[in-house]
Amino acid sequence: MAYSMTGARRVRALASRTTLAAGTALLLALSFAPAGSLAVAASPEQQASEAESAWPGLRADLFGDRELIEGSDLIAIEAPARATDPAVVPVKLKLDPSQEIRKVTLVIDENPAPVAATFDIAEGAGITELSTRVRVNAYTDVHAVAETADGKLYVTKTFVKAAGGCAAPAAKDPEVAAREMGKMKMRQFETETGGTQEAQLMIRHPNNSGLQKDQVTLLYIPAHFITELEVAKGGERLFSMSGGISISEDPSFRFRYGSDAGGAFHAKATDTEGNVFEKSFGGSQS
Amino acid sequence: MTRRDLMKYIAAFFKTLFIVAFAASTMPAKGSDAFNLEEIAPGVFVHQGRIAEMSRANQGDIANIGFVVGEEAVAMVDSGGSVPVGEAALAALRQVTDKPVRYLINTHMHPDHVFGNQVFKEAGATVVGHRRLPAALGARADFYKTSIGNQIGPELAGAVDITLPDETVADEMRIDLGGRELVIKAWQTAHTDNDVTVFDPATKTLFAGDLVFMEHLPVIDGSITGWLDQTAELEAIPAERVVPGHGPVSAPWPEAIEPQTTYLETLAADLRAAIADGVPLADAVETAGQSESGKWQLFDFYNGRNATAAFAELEWE
Repeated sequence: MAYSMTGARRVRALASRTTLAAGTALLLALSFAPAGSLAVAASPEQQASEAESAWPGLRADLFGDRELIEGSDLIAIEAPARATDPAVVPVKLKLDPSQEIRKVTLVIDENPAPVAATFDIAEGAGITELSTRVRVNAYTDVHAVAETADGKLYVTKTFVKAAGGCAAPAAKDPEVAAREMGKMKMRQFETETGGTQEAQLMIRHPNNSGLQKDQVTLLYIPAHFITELEVAKGGERLFSMSGGISISEDPSFRFRYGSDAGGAFHAKATDTEGNVFEKSFGGSQS
Repeated sequence: MTRRDLMKYIAAFFKTLFIVAFAASTMPAKGSDAFNLEEIAPGVFVHQGRIAEMSRANQGDIANIGFVVGEEAVAMVDSGGSVPVGEAALAALRQVTDKPVRYLINTHMHPDHVFGNQVFKEAGATVVGHRRLPAALGARADFYKTSIGNQIGPELAGAVDITLPDETVADEMRIDLGGRELVIKAWQTAHTDNDVTVFDPATKTLFAGDLVFMEHLPVIDGSITGWLDQTAELEAIPAERVVPGHGPVSAPWPEAIEPQTTYLETLAADLRAAIADGVPLADAVETAGQSESGKWQLFDFYNGRNATAAFAELEWE
């Protein structure tokens, strides 16, 4: 049976039994008012275009008055224009292998802690690509700044549409996340270009941003994230990373490297609670 | 009629009038001002939410919610996506029965199912949910109020008092409505980590919450493998009909779940193949599940997000 309750009919039935028809009209008018007078909230696009860019301030804090060279091919950045999930936004950095890039800073301008990661690249590691996944809290520019061995800085940027990635609670299943924290996995991939190899390091970690307040305890869920990571092969460091809360849950780092060092991969990660996660991976393990 | 009686009558009249008028003015559904409600089986009533994103226009009325009437009391299943939706549902319930609403069961934490909770709590209902619902909703409360405020408007979102369950279910719980018992079952992580279903043995009706999507693309906010792994157990519930969290008010069980299983299996198979081939996340989510695109509403809105979540889960296998 279809059961439908139309307000108008009900109102008429009630009103006919009373002399309060005028009151009815007034109430109806009042009840319509809230819907009609709603202020239109700014869309994320509007907020982004109206907000003053955070970059000038960030640039000054991070690099002082040093020159940032734009428009070079030395570094490139790839990220989806519109993210499918603001808590897991893939970002790929491409580095010119002919340049001696020693350091790359990844900055998500509008995030609460904008410096997502700083990668220190070892001499001779031949890193040509570095991909990770980040949280994006608002429509934002994402900057990558590369520093070469001679101390020059090169900058590039891309714009990402995503919102809420930092405020959203990390783990879809906190019980599994707690149980598996610190588990590591290393995958190796075949590449189409000779001389370059590709691998991916994955670490189980909630990487809590500390930005969610628990409505049960009324306390903020403490920030708990990987702060330092070092990846080596055959005893030689390839790169290390200093990270913040913008790196997604279960941090992933996929990289192309040119080092011909044999031997096993070794990864060591430290988190904000002083936990150290360390693992060696056999040469052919995937 | 004494003066006191008259005042009480007038007060009650205005209260009813306001609720009904408010419901009528703010609840556009199916192109009219009616709050739809259908009796799908004896004593089992379901309101169909729209298959849409939450918006100002629909006030968050996008989930199927309903209630079961026993000899003594009523149990409500989910409360709608805003306070006005919860109020309209309670007003519609009151058109059917005067019996007390003894329970409100939340099938899971999502705002379109719990943002009307306070209406039923104020009406005296005991709120029941999964043992993990308090932690899950508690951690997301601020985030939901902000993010959903962008969809339904800050006024409607601001009116919501996040109302957590009074009683939780770890495995199974039976509630008595007087001559009618409902079975609440807590599931392992699937659509979310806090899904429960409500089974009415009297009419063999299963309120599946968002463990069953129809027409609306299934949304993964828990575990794709957990969802698929528990589908057989879900299908084994001896129901004749299901009330999906999104879709029609009622559908034959267990056939109703088949399209969802096909989607989840297709997405998982596509992603496992991509992961095995070393395809990175950014590329895999562009193609995974696309063969299902014509079969679902809101596909473009949710498939990429599902694929991202599922990739991040499946690459650990």
